Amino acid sequence: MLTKEQVCLVIGASHAGVNVGFALRKEGWSGRIVLFDADPNLPYHRPPLSKTFLSSESGIAQFLLKPAESYKKEQIELRLNTRVSRINKEEQNILLDDGSIISYDKLVIATGARPFIPPIEGLKNAQNAFPLRTAQDVFNIRISLQNSPNKKVVIIGGGYIGLEIAASLKKLGSQVTILEREERILARVTAPEMSAFFDDLHRRHGIQIHTQKHVTLIIQSNGLNVVQCGDGSQFEAEVLIIGAGIRLNTEPAESAGLNIENGIRVDEVARTSDKNIFAIGDITYHFNPHYGRYIRLESVQNAVDQAKVAAAGICGKQPVYDAIPWFWSDQYDVKLQIVGLSDGYDQLLIRNEEDTDKFSVWYFKDNQLLAVDAVNNAKAYVLGTKLIKEKRPLNLENLLDSSVPLKMETLLLG
Amino acid sequence: MAKITFITGDNETITVEGTSGSVMELAVRHGIKGIDGDCGGVCSCATCHVHVLPQFLEITGEASEIEKDMLELDDNADGYSRLGCQIQISDALDGVVLRVAK
Repeated sequence: MLTKEQVCLVIGASHAGVNVGFALRKEGWSGRIVLFDADPNLPYHRPPLSKTFLSSESGIAQFLLKPAESYKKEQIELRLNTRVSRINKEEQNILLDDGSIISYDKLVIATGARPFIPPIEGLKNAQNAFPLRTAQDVFNIRISLQNSPNKKVVIIGGGYIGLEIAASLKKLGSQVTILEREERILARVTAPEMSAFFDDLHRRHGIQIHTQKHVTLIIQSNGLNVVQCGDGSQFEAEVLIIGAGIRLNTEPAESAGLNIENGIRVDEVARTSDKNIFAIGDITYHFNPHYGRYIRLESVQNAVDQAKVAAAGICGKQPVYDAIPWFWSDQYDVKLQIVGLSDGYDQLLIRNEEDTDKFSVWYFKDNQLLAVDAVNNAKAYVLGTKLIKEKRPLNLENLLDSSVPLKMETLLLG
Repeated sequence: MAKITFITGDNETITVEGTSGSVMELAVRHGIKGIDGDCGGVCSCATCHVHVLPQFLEITGEASEIEKDMLELDDNADGYSRLGCQIQISDALDGVVLRVAK
């Protein structure tokens, strides 16, 4: 039974936390809903931070997830600039960093992640060194860049974030160098063929990319950071950006003794090992029925979809989280759209469209389509989404023949 | 300044005013049901699908190629479908009526 007296607290007010708040109202939760977040700003879209927001001069107001009035209208309380220090699951309450204690009937953990700051000697004393995860990080980077006469930027880490930052800062006239520890950029997240495409794209835009660079020391010289690598090479940086991955904010969940593996383990309704506590978004280690394994995702799609499932679960329904993951990245005029998970693929096919810059990479395992990377090719992305769900063998000859249009009829066998 | 009318899935008619930005942003700002804009307006999620009432299609224009492709994710898409994030607000849009797709 849902009553007005019940309280649902949500730790974390980004994509997942905000969406669960509004989804709870849709599902009929009539009690209090309170969202907590350490960020002082009204919750905003995070993906644009490294893209359009970084290269613009605008404030964060344009990128808000919801306007302030929407929270008022739906009676969703926002406690910003507030940290939760622990969860007491036996007493069903949380402790805030100001010492106050708030009781709950249901609790949602949507704490996500923070940037991983690698233990590099001298990094603490580096000037103008920032990760990029919050609006404030972007403001810091923009101001440092304005105050840098030569706009010399070094980005540590050649993942999607690092590459998006490189593209955005290039637009602002920066000289950008990317230092990647692995032998290719995007090594942990995509196939060598895609790495090669993005490597070439960035080099053509004048970005210096150095792979197999293990940053060991950062020193100060003539007001500049000098970034030193294990092989003896060094790079000057007026602005230094750390894009070396994330660490999960599992501390509140740990304090409650919840089951944590690669993130907080949740069931198909996004419920943790405690029946009154749910977890959603980047922080969860959840089962994906389509791929038949437990996964952790860092994506808007997962945050939004899991929020809907958790809200329904909290309100007494029994939904099953069963989504095909999707992602996107925008760099220069290239739009990458990814659907599915390519891990473990045993066959990779590339389809180039005639007379265009469009192509798509199709990943298979045991003849079953796992994922599609679509470059400037929304058609391939959408078709990939449908075909992954179909779980049927494809006509690979047609797929590779760019004179055959991309359609369900032409790609499905029998 | 343009007055734009949304008809939601539960047949509520809401008219709001906008001067700049996209139709998706305007709808989110006014809490129009069924317009989510999960990707923030970069034509990546197709959660801001609207049907333009036929008499206004000339004003809004038809969907672009990428928009049409993305709209294929929704079985209810038709020739009057647009993604709100791809319609920029200008004075020319004054009086346009859009039916929210879900």
